Amino acid sequence: MIGRYFDEELKLLNKKLTDVADLVKDMISKSIRALKERQEDLIEDVFKKEETVNMSQIEIDDYALELIALKQPAAMDLRFIIATIKINSELERMADLAVNICERTKELLYEPPLKPIIDLPRMAEITQQMLEDTLKAFLEKNADLAKEVCKRDDLVDDLNDQIFRELITYMLQDNQNINRAIKLILVSRYLERIADHSTNIAEDVYYIIKGKDIRHHIEEKMMKK
Amino acid sequence: MEFFPKIETRNLNLYYGSFSALKNINIKIPPKEITAIIGPSGCGKSTLLRCFNRMNDLIENVKITGEVIIDNKNIFDKNVNLLNLRRNVGMVFQRPNVFDASVYYNLTFGIKIHRLMRNKNKINDAIQMSLEGVGLWNDLKDKLKKNARYLPLEQQQRLCIARVIILNPKIILLDEPCSTLDPIATLKIEELLKKLKEDYTIIIVTHNMQQAARISGWSGFMLLGELIEFNRTKIIFTNPTDSRTEDYITGRFG
Repeated sequence: MIGRYFDEELKLLNKKLTDVADLVKDMISKSIRALKERQEDLIEDVFKKEETVNMSQIEIDDYALELIALKQPAAMDLRFIIATIKINSELERMADLAVNICERTKELLYEPPLKPIIDLPRMAEITQQMLEDTLKAFLEKNADLAKEVCKRDDLVDDLNDQIFRELITYMLQDNQNINRAIKLILVSRYLERIADHSTNIAEDVYYIIKGKDIRHHIEEKMMKK
Repeated sequence: MEFFPKIETRNLNLYYGSFSALKNINIKIPPKEITAIIGPSGCGKSTLLRCFNRMNDLIENVKITGEVIIDNKNIFDKNVNLLNLRRNVGMVFQRPNVFDASVYYNLTFGIKIHRLMRNKNKINDAIQMSLEGVGLWNDLKDKLKKNARYLPLEQQQRLCIARVIILNPKIILLDEPCSTLDPIATLKIEELLKKLKEDYTIIIVTHNMQQAARISGWSGFMLLGELIEFNRTKIIFTNPTDSRTEDYITGRFG
């Protein structure tokens, strides 16, 4: 019995990717905690981790390219490697957004809090759970879970709208609030983008497993035609 | 380069009559790695391979200049013992060339020629080790008397490799070793080579670029008797330096 001939390499690629995902998860969680608990030291940690994520992004792309060039992957292996390259850049974007949250937080720390931060952590929690479940779907090859994660994106969009409306009222009440409110709106927007990236990853995961593209609801549109 | 070469050629030229088949080849083969030599038909890759154990001596009208250094010694020196050289540098060919005789005879032939051992138990141990080395022991341990020609082709090729490693060489040369095998048998031989490289320096000549990509750590690209580029396989197949290598790898000629 021979092992499939580049199983080891695929496992290594898989591990490199999940390591980055774990880092990104941690960055998102810390960025929101920094905002909620007004902790500056967490911000520095996020900045440091971003550098690691950037290096890993290059390393993963390089390794994926090598496997395609040298191992002639086919079928599921090929889909896996292509999706890895895409997931890799989604993760790097998510890391950037966590850094953006920290940058706004740093600015907010110079001023007294506008209001208790309640909805943003809730939004962050859903967002993190989406990333976590996406990764779980990826590792366990669970297509149903991947599809379900995509649906959760609507929840985050609703929260984003709600936070936006609330902060608008703060701005209308007192123009002294505008600066801080805008920054909080931006943070909400960053989280909403992070959720979008998780959705993209979930779609890629679904594609790896099923070989079927669910992006842009393409199947339903084809059916209607 | 970051290794001490197992084989090094210095300004190696080879002529078949007036035809210049190898032109000023300077190559350093890394130890305990698989090195692949690729290139279109007639580029001189087999000729180069055959220089490493002086198989070209058998061909008439061949003239060689330059040096091939193995273990600090030019193998073209007059005092080189050819028998020892070829024991040290084993070779496996395109078609499995087992003798029309038993598996046992095939494996012990070299031992007899080289008078390596007489003790029967030692010989049997060597047979077991070499067959285990190529993953054939379980299949053949009860069939040592069987004529090797009746084995499946892939097993015959494995036996040819076993016949080489039973002599405990340092270097194994393979000239298109999988070209008569089907894809699955090919993958099995490739797996075997990847395992063998832990103990041996392996040089493989292949038409099959994908095979070179899959198994080798270093690759040399040859064209019209010249060594165009020699580098890590990863670099050759992702970002070669010479445009002729790029054209060949991407199937633009050859």
